Amino acid sequence: MRRRRHRQRDHRRGAELRHFDVLIVGTGHAGATTAIHLRQLGNTGSIGLLGEEEELPYERPPLSKDYLAGKKSAADILFRPCNFRAERDVTLIPGERVVSIDPGARTIGCASGATISYGNLVWTAGGRPKRVAGAHVIRSLADVDTLRAELPSATRILIIGGGYIGLEAAAVLTSLGKQVTLAEAADRVLARCAAEPLSRFLEAEHRAHGVDIHLNTSSIDHNQHDLVIAGIGILPNVDPLLQAGAEGADGVLVDEHCRTTLPHVWAAGDCALHHNPFGPARPIRIESVQNASDMATTIARALTGQPQPYRAVPWFWSNQYDLRLQTVGLSNDHDEVLVRGDPATRKFAVIYRRAGRVIALDCINNVRDYVQGRGLIESGVEVDAALLADPDRPLKSLLES
Amino acid sequence: MPIVTVTTRDGRTKDLTAQNGRSLMENLRAGGIEEILALCGGCCSCATCHVYVDEDWLPALPPISADEDDLLDSSGARRPNSRLSCQIKVSDALDGIAVTVAPED
Repeated sequence: MRRRRHRQRDHRRGAELRHFDVLIVGTGHAGATTAIHLRQLGNTGSIGLLGEEEELPYERPPLSKDYLAGKKSAADILFRPCNFRAERDVTLIPGERVVSIDPGARTIGCASGATISYGNLVWTAGGRPKRVAGAHVIRSLADVDTLRAELPSATRILIIGGGYIGLEAAAVLTSLGKQVTLAEAADRVLARCAAEPLSRFLEAEHRAHGVDIHLNTSSIDHNQHDLVIAGIGILPNVDPLLQAGAEGADGVLVDEHCRTTLPHVWAAGDCALHHNPFGPARPIRIESVQNASDMATTIARALTGQPQPYRAVPWFWSNQYDLRLQTVGLSNDHDEVLVRGDPATRKFAVIYRRAGRVIALDCINNVRDYVQGRGLIESGVEVDAALLADPDRPLKSLLES
Repeated sequence: MPIVTVTTRDGRTKDLTAQNGRSLMENLRAGGIEEILALCGGCCSCATCHVYVDEDWLPALPPISADEDDLLDSSGARRPNSRLSCQIKVSDALDGIAVTVAPED
């Protein structure tokens, strides 16, 4: 209590004083990268990095993998173990939440009552997990610490949601000896982001490791389980921006330089709704480290007078058991799916095409196709389906032909 | 503890005291070499921890795996002495090794 009062007083005292040339809201990959790149690109102004969490910026991908498994410590996943404050002169403002934005006055209002003014506001607040009553989530270090504290006394674990988080958690928890049940509302896992051949392959892999998968299942008896985890997606944290008049819905709309429709307000990462040059015609959000990192770089470049539009081939990875999954491109709105190689060999690729062009590949234990497939996506060349599906023909050679 | 000499993209050289048993990538990042993005955290899924290793030290390193080899192919800046620093475990045997951060792709 005492410490808390002290902090609030500090915030109020700082209210009249606090100003940052660049104020970054959100301490995930996008926020931390923006701060680092601003300095790397020569920015010397004041930078504030504000976030809800108390921890120093850290990497989220290990939370559902090596950190959940206990193979990496909290120190191991710190975002650049560098000292932001001392080495980069970045002021960290932990444990604080933005509740309002006044784009005319260029100020934000915080839950603590503090007001902070900015020259430019970089919004990288990510998202909050959708909740199920009584279920754990895997989004923050604190979430996973709470979950891990209960693991020793849990044998039967229910995971709600067969997306990447749910599948990664299932892989870790079965390897820890837990009895895992996974309930997915759709008729297959990864229904929203992958084609059926990958879904069926992963279902078989998880079942072979002992995961009890229930498809088409939206309600399951929690009482039969010692612990429940929900991995059913996130809601983007953009309410203060939209209330301040920024365009958007399920995210905040940004242009190719990651500018929102509000002056001096930028956004990057999971919450940024954008027209991706490698995606469909409509604006989309992408929840990935690549997107967070490259958008942050786009903003840092624009703010240091070296603008370059956001144009990076999207990529993504997942590790489950001994499977290395790598995705390149965006499969949204594909009209054709090809399987390259035999899934039974546990090394193959799923190729997505739209209007005859390769737009994405999901590669399983197949780094070569992941690397060479990128060239096909970038070039936009049309390649015969039979050639693409022939695993003996290097994808690189199809580009050259 | 082994010393690693690293040359950053601006040509500056820095000696780091490295920790045995950790990857070269983790040691470079711990030493404040922010040009090493290591976006995938060291699971050999990207190629953002690419370094050039001083030729004299190549024989002291573990061989390149097929996955590392393929990932290095994704870089337009690959050279014969290219390695992914996440795939090199630091030990006393590497005391004095010199590496250069590869250009950004």
